[in-house]
Amino acid sequence: MSSTNEAIRELAQQEYKWGFVTDIAEERIPKGLSEDVIRLISAKKNEPEFMLQWRLKAYRHFESLQKKDAEPKWANVKFPPIDYQDITYYSAPKQKPNLKDLSELDPEILRTYEKLGIPLEEQKMLAGVAVDAVFDSVSVGTTFKAKLAEAGVIFCSFSEAVREHPDLIQKYLGTVVPYTDNFYAALNAAVFSDGSFVYVPKGVRCPMELSTYFRINAAETGQFERTLIVADEGAYVSYLEGCTAPIRDTNQLHAAVVELIAMDDAQIKYSTVQNWYPGDKNGKGGIYNFVTKRGACRGKRSKISWTQVETGSSITWKYPSCILQGDSSVGEFYSVALTNNYQQADTGTKMIHIGKDTRSTIVSKGISAGHGQNTYRGQVKILKDAAGARNYTQCDSLLIGDLCGAHTFPYIEVKNATARMEHEASTSKIGEDQLFYLRQRGLKAEDAVSMVVNGFCKRVFKELPMEFAVEAQKLLSVSLEGSVG
Amino acid sequence: MNLLEIKNLHATVGGVEILKGINLTVEAGEVHSIMGPNGSGKSTLAQVLARRESYEITKGEIVYDGKDLVALKPEEAACEGVFLAFQYPVEIPGISNAYFLRSALNAVRKYRGQEEMDAIDFLPLLRQKLKLLEMDDKLLNRSVNEAFSGGEKKRNEILQMAVLEPKLAILDETDSGLDIDALRIVAQGVNAMRSPNRAILLVTHYQRLLNYIVPDRVHVLVDGKIARSGGAELALELEDKGYGTMEAAAGRA
Repeated sequence: MSSTNEAIRELAQQEYKWGFVTDIAEERIPKGLSEDVIRLISAKKNEPEFMLQWRLKAYRHFESLQKKDAEPKWANVKFPPIDYQDITYYSAPKQKPNLKDLSELDPEILRTYEKLGIPLEEQKMLAGVAVDAVFDSVSVGTTFKAKLAEAGVIFCSFSEAVREHPDLIQKYLGTVVPYTDNFYAALNAAVFSDGSFVYVPKGVRCPMELSTYFRINAAETGQFERTLIVADEGAYVSYLEGCTAPIRDTNQLHAAVVELIAMDDAQIKYSTVQNWYPGDKNGKGGIYNFVTKRGACRGKRSKISWTQVETGSSITWKYPSCILQGDSSVGEFYSVALTNNYQQADTGTKMIHIGKDTRSTIVSKGISAGHGQNTYRGQVKILKDAAGARNYTQCDSLLIGDLCGAHTFPYIEVKNATARMEHEASTSKIGEDQLFYLRQRGLKAEDAVSMVVNGFCKRVFKELPMEFAVEAQKLLSVSLEGSVG
Repeated sequence: MNLLEIKNLHATVGGVEILKGINLTVEAGEVHSIMGPNGSGKSTLAQVLARRESYEITKGEIVYDGKDLVALKPEEAACEGVFLAFQYPVEIPGISNAYFLRSALNAVRKYRGQEEMDAIDFLPLLRQKLKLLEMDDKLLNRSVNEAFSGGEKKRNEILQMAVLEPKLAILDETDSGLDIDALRIVAQGVNAMRSPNRAILLVTHYQRLLNYIVPDRVHVLVDGKIARSGGAELALELEDKGYGTMEAAAGRA
């Protein structure tokens, strides 16, 4: 394990040095949203004309929505109105390292890094401390990129893809989440900063997890990320985004859009570990994570799986979904969402069955602690011609203490009589008797809570790439600190 | 030295006083049985010794292995060698028996400054104990007590006791809900744990278990106090006459 970790760290540090994101000269830009700002963003990124036009259309649509006061308010979350003119829409260039060493870092953050078992070098990366090692130029970085190139896999930043692969972008962008889809999707389409682009050609099994690559870059993640992953016929790719380390950001609103497209016999596995700054113990500050994620199973026998572990953000509002167009296509959603202190979450999924013999599985585990409010919202829609459709849904809530809340809003719409649906739900509390049982066997109170919670989440953690399953468990334990006693 | 010395113990649960002055001495190597009618405080005594926080000690002392047991938290008492076989063992979904037991054992080992055991070393140890209790290997991967029959749950408690090797083992109505065969196997397991360094407290209603695990001393708890103590024959006397006379003597009609 250690030599692989070493190699990956080296790679990540190299990328940090040269920039996975294109270098942009620093420039002051006033806050606020206007057509001029959109043009500026596009110009700064050297985007082709089609991209600018798409952004402008999206912006005009967003403006019209604002005029109609169409900002959605139906979610089970409360927050003060967002002033869209009080945001800087042009993302600042990559920060130069500005700390001499880790001792200058907020001790709270340092303590969390240590608890999560993040290696020292990575801690420095995340904190923006200058790294002084010298790397061999015949590096792992070259090998990594070479391996992907050999396989024909395109994996680059979204901005780079717009410039280098405009044909692919034009073909697929906005076909799963058009800018008209919803309020935040319109905003994202107008001002998106960056994200990832992945294209896996026919018959290719992507030779590695596109995951560890992002661990360090998570610190650079922008406010309005846009990601597009296309798996052509027979292709396979597993992608993981996120970082267990808590990332603070002065920008409160994060409205990302992720589009996945799977052709015949293709498979996309998309895992997320999200631990954005959740706000302080009194609910002040914290990031709003309003995300639109959708996968289109366009091809026959295609499969898209979403796995998420959401422990951060002050407010999480997202429904990674699957459109099961192709016959015999499969959609899966596995989720653990934790709300502690004053966090709020309204999350779930939509499975839309369109083709024949389609299958979907939903396993949602919500954990509420402190004053957290956790809502599962799921839609299973079986259209008229979706013969033989099958869905299995299990949504479980775990309550810790008696000041938190768990809510469930399942929407089930079945228009075909041959469909089969199973829905199970449970709500439970970590009882004093469960905790006492574990403590009586020698476990400390906090370890006892961890154990019960991990057992509760096991079904979801099983779906994560192994390295992240271990981190996710640790993350959950750290996030639950102070929730008992 | 006595392993356990309870002096004038008073305890309250939910604002109601259940233990009203318990005096009890247990030496290492001994097996004591605590019997008594429903509501006499037998289970309460067991939970208090295991240091359950919702049970409040209002008066008295408990000296265990030379230490003040009242000052210890449940996990500390456990690591010091106190084990409670629960009357109603809870379920822990998603956590396998093997993982749970290894975690418990390692918590105790860590407390004692010993090296933790990894899965490879632990499994043979666990299998050996499974054999003793005539339990199936398959149980190892099942979640703790999930979908276990009553008898299986009780045997699982004894399995845990066998792995953790406590100094003071308190068995809270372990015989309730067991059929004849399960009873024999559980008794076999407990008897195999008898040792000069260990004391066993059997909390039970019925005399039946005591046919298999013959106690050195029998105490009858009535209305929160020990009404009478004697040898193994006392249990037989109770079986014959019931608790009636003792209850009357204790002032309960």
